[in-house]
Amino acid sequence: MMLSEEEFGVVALSLKVGLWAVAVSLPPAIAAAYVLARKRFAGKALLDAAIHLPLVLPPVVVGFLLLELFGRRGPIGALLEPLGIEFAFRWTGAALAAAIMGFPLMVRAIRLSIQAVDTRIELAARTLGASPLRVFLTVTLPLAWPGLVTGAILAFARALGEFGATITFVSNIPGETQTLPLAIYTFTQTPGYDAQVLRLSLLAVALSLVALALSEWLVRRTGATETAHA
Amino acid sequence: MLEVDVTLTQGGFRLDAVFAAQAPIVALFGRSGAGKSTLVNAIAGLVTPDRGRIAVEGRTLFDARSGIDLAPEDRRVGYVFQDALLFPHLTVRANLAYGERLTPPHERYVDRARVIELLDLQRLLDRRPSGLSGGERQRAAIGRALLASPRLLLMDEPLASLDAARKAEILAYVELLRDELRLPIVYVSHSLEEVTRLADHVVVIGEGRVLAEGALAAVMARPDMAMLAGRFEAGTVIEARVARVDEAHGLTTLAFDGGELVVPNLDALPGEPVRARVRARDVSIALTRPEGISIQNILEAKVTALASEYGAIVDVEMSVGGATLLARVTRKAVAELGLRPGLGVHALVKAVAIDRRSVGFA
Repeated sequence: MMLSEEEFGVVALSLKVGLWAVAVSLPPAIAAAYVLARKRFAGKALLDAAIHLPLVLPPVVVGFLLLELFGRRGPIGALLEPLGIEFAFRWTGAALAAAIMGFPLMVRAIRLSIQAVDTRIELAARTLGASPLRVFLTVTLPLAWPGLVTGAILAFARALGEFGATITFVSNIPGETQTLPLAIYTFTQTPGYDAQVLRLSLLAVALSLVALALSEWLVRRTGATETAHA
Repeated sequence: MLEVDVTLTQGGFRLDAVFAAQAPIVALFGRSGAGKSTLVNAIAGLVTPDRGRIAVEGRTLFDARSGIDLAPEDRRVGYVFQDALLFPHLTVRANLAYGERLTPPHERYVDRARVIELLDLQRLLDRRPSGLSGGERQRAAIGRALLASPRLLLMDEPLASLDAARKAEILAYVELLRDELRLPIVYVSHSLEEVTRLADHVVVIGEGRVLAEGALAAVMARPDMAMLAGRFEAGTVIEARVARVDEAHGLTTLAFDGGELVVPNLDALPGEPVRARVRARDVSIALTRPEGISIQNILEAKVTALASEYGAIVDVEMSVGGATLLARVTRKAVAELGLRPGLGVHALVKAVAIDRRSVGFA
């Protein structure tokens, strides 16, 4: 199946939006997961609920809220505009919407794997002279690796499929914010483009399968080195 | 010199421990749940006492009054945990290097090659913890702690999860460490066998308090230790020197200031100082020197006390020269022999009752 230039542009934009969404949300997701897994503090339930909000809210509502906050006149958007960071009707806005929608999935996967790390191994590292930050980087994160991979892939897949928040926040601009689902939607609205819809849908399936296979491979690879000498 | 004076409450459990010890190996001895692990965790900085002070070789690690509370990574206190707790994602080599790399070069006094040789780790270097046996893991964990060049090594029941053969192996390694590295060790155990074999100074912990502390022999001779050790293991420790080795019969004769003790061969050289633990149930009492008897050790003794008369059993405390022996006999025997403090008797100890496992090299 050869891709037309237009189709290629749609896929490339979707991948760019998905990768940026994952890259940008990974550090805060790790921080949130660690805090939720390990710390006790007042308002923890509230933070947990806030993080999960995009999972239960209608995506359109999330898109609307983003528009209100990050739009050119929104309180955050107005603040960022002089710095050259713009979201409204830009691909960066699509990435932001995708990141927020995927965030709860990512936090959840990472949190579970951090909870599975034996804290006594971390204490052992402390007695060997490692600061808490070093313990986190050299012990906790490597041991939570499968959860990191799973979380990143889940969020990436979610980003590829993101529709409602994206179209509400940054509209459907070909070449700028028209990701794969938006392109499919556009074609379904235009009579005579059924073949186009089918081609793009097959592409979406293929991309999702590749992402899944990649995560499986990444998790297995580390698992394999761990048991290679058993 | 290890100085500890702390109070610590942890979910309804209160630990109140005061002791100071100057010895190559200090044993924290007591039943499980007595507070031993909490105490070593406080020394390592993994739990924070409510009040008090902890110092190692004159260096204050914790002092509530002056607000000193060094982080675990700044204490230079090595910790060998009961279940090794190696880093599962790293090879043994990388596990060993972890603490070593974090130690400033001028602080390193432990040679990696020597530790690998001492603990026989060469073959294991490229393996992962999941592929190691319990004994191998524990050896790697000891190596890992040592290579961080600690000023004190804590060992919390390092043998508890091992079988008898592995236990003996690791014990031998610990003895090697003590003799070669001159690193002070705090050894936590509920096993009298391990404590006798290794420790010079014992701190007995029970219900969050120090019940007794001091030199091993002195502590073991206390009558209340019999209760703590349990019926089977109650006994005393005799400090002695190897006097002669009888290769022909496979026997070693130990001399102490109450006489001589013949035991199965210890692979020790004449003149070497040793500690022999004699269990109360392996000691009998005769009023006159018996003849035509298989027992090799007949010692002149004097009854000093009759203790813990529960049920049919009496622990008879005797002085043999400067040493103390306990004999566990029936109340009937006490009555028939007319045992009372001050009475001169003969203490009979079977040579085979004192095996390699109940002897430690001081």
